[in-house]
Amino acid sequence: MNQINSFRAGPDENGHFGLFGGRYVSETLMPLILEVERAYMAARKDPTFQKELDYYLAHYVGRPSPLWFAERLTKTLGGAKIYLKRDELNHTGAHKINSCMGQILLAQRMGKRRIIAETGAGQHGVATATVCALFGLPCTVYMGATDIARQAPNVFRMKLLGAEVKPVTSGTATLKDAMNEALRDWVANVEDTYYIIGTVAGPHPYPMMVRDFQSVIGKEAREQFLAAEGKLPDKLVACIGGGSNAMGLFHPFLDDRDVSMDAVEAAGLGLDSGKHAASLQGGRPGVLHGNRTFLLMDEDGQIDEAHSISAGLDYPGIGPEHSWLHDIKRVKYVAATDDEAIEGFKLLSRTEGILPALEPAHAVAHVARIAPSLPKDYTIIMNLCGRGDKDIFTIGERLGVKL
Amino acid sequence: MSRIAARFAALAAEGRAGLVTYVMAGDPDATSAQKILDGLPAAGADIIELGLPFSDPMADGPAVQAAALRSLKAGGSTRKALAQLAAFRKTDSTTPVVLMGYFNPIYIYGPERFCRDAAAAGADGLIVVDLPPEEDAELRPFAKAAGLDLVRLATPTTDDKRLPTVLAGASGFLYYVAVLGVTGTRSAAADQVAGAVARIRRSTALPIAVGFGIKDAAGAAAIARHADACVVGSALVALSDKPASLHGLVRDLAAAVRGARAKQIA
Repeated sequence: MNQINSFRAGPDENGHFGLFGGRYVSETLMPLILEVERAYMAARKDPTFQKELDYYLAHYVGRPSPLWFAERLTKTLGGAKIYLKRDELNHTGAHKINSCMGQILLAQRMGKRRIIAETGAGQHGVATATVCALFGLPCTVYMGATDIARQAPNVFRMKLLGAEVKPVTSGTATLKDAMNEALRDWVANVEDTYYIIGTVAGPHPYPMMVRDFQSVIGKEAREQFLAAEGKLPDKLVACIGGGSNAMGLFHPFLDDRDVSMDAVEAAGLGLDSGKHAASLQGGRPGVLHGNRTFLLMDEDGQIDEAHSISAGLDYPGIGPEHSWLHDIKRVKYVAATDDEAIEGFKLLSRTEGILPALEPAHAVAHVARIAPSLPKDYTIIMNLCGRGDKDIFTIGERLGVKL
Repeated sequence: MSRIAARFAALAAEGRAGLVTYVMAGDPDATSAQKILDGLPAAGADIIELGLPFSDPMADGPAVQAAALRSLKAGGSTRKALAQLAAFRKTDSTTPVVLMGYFNPIYIYGPERFCRDAAAAGADGLIVVDLPPEEDAELRPFAKAAGLDLVRLATPTTDDKRLPTVLAGASGFLYYVAVLGVTGTRSAAADQVAGAVARIRRSTALPIAVGFGIKDAAGAAAIARHADACVVGSALVALSDKPASLHGLVRDLAAAVRGARAKQIA
């Protein structure tokens, strides 16, 4: 009976979160998707699996990540008290490795010997290449040619880790096309290959599974905040592309009704410009990459190109559970533009000595917008899901600085 | 009797397999695409699959991807694909046409309205690549009400345990995907296809069409010895800028399919 009044009970047995989610894949993949689901449900209940994952998260990834009271940022903004969940301090510099570690342990339980992944900003590709090197498995990462050009340091990093990076030139040559190409690879190599999806999207059970692995962020943050403040935070803030870092922070708090949540989509050049990546605010429900969710598309159902200065948010869809949380209004979805993200980047760098990735710089922008007018005892946890080293070339170009 | 059933009955009576040709609606542009489609029956196509263009065709290889993008770039859409079919029906009232595409454009069109409009335009069936049996309840009732067969796909990964799920509610024919992979890449192995077709026949009376990985006349002939029909797509759409060559390849394929079983007996 408890489950009925919970926001944390989904998805149903067919992978649906209300209208959203599901398993929209070709017949060739269907038996494999069902196999991944069976294997994951068994692993989820197996204490030895959780114990093994905890071991790698503690000793290899470096968890728990700190919860940092951003005192100078708080003083500078002059309102709400701001905490940062420091997931940029994980090995490889972002939250992506939380899910990669869980998924590669699952792949090994399933006897799969080859790993594929898609990547946008390259953080998920680097995290996947990292766990593949750690466990000695061959790794192929699909990446849009456009993203390869703007994320060169991560491409080189993946290669150094022994991964093969395959440029994708089809379609718009960005994250959505990389995902198409990874799915095409998987269809051709179902017997030995496991696909490590980087976000809370794709066919069931991926949205649920990636959420579960990323929920370590919110579980830690909840405990750390209670220890620091003796209460729960008033608000959580996270940026959102596919939505895995936001889901990881939010999910353990969903049933705490007094905790409000803002997820920040990439508004690119502005929500009215037609050049953005805000699927919830500028899109409508459709079916892509194995699930039903909000998508950017034209009136014929053709998928539109997304735009964001941040390659990691540059995706025309969003995880199905976010679409559901949007529908039932449990989470508020807002947006920040490219320019606001750059300002957020500068602000955090100079007040806290932390270069954020361009993705969470969108969350910083939103915090900077709302914090000044909030009372001083109002508390916010912002997920700092990645570090900005990978973005210095993009930012340099934007600021007219030659590196 | 539906056009699909009538055509398979006629093929059975002739003792030969059928040739199913796949072309993309609106590729490379509306005028050429109409000419290509209208010429297929005379060139020897027994059944036509008309592709609905989609921006993200994740089950397709480079040839069909390029065809979809050409169509979209030239203004192609779901609505225009139906108009192309309606125009074809003015010249041909007997050749079955199956619309093949992805679910999102159909979902956005509205499944009920799409099925009604597709049937009115002269479609006989639908193949929706990314709509497995687990998810097709939102299309199947409307297809049935409009008199459209919802053609299901079986693949090398569809084992005996899963096959009944695929066959439940299937109609028209069963589409067997001969290779693991996307369209137009690997070549189908005739002996493996023969085994798979025999296995599926034990579970269904539906005709079985085999596609993915059939590139030329020899490949078509090899599959036509075992299947009720063979499907060629990528090799055809690669010629969409040369309609005469495309129809020429259809003639070669038709001759090979028609002669396949006779040769086997001899």
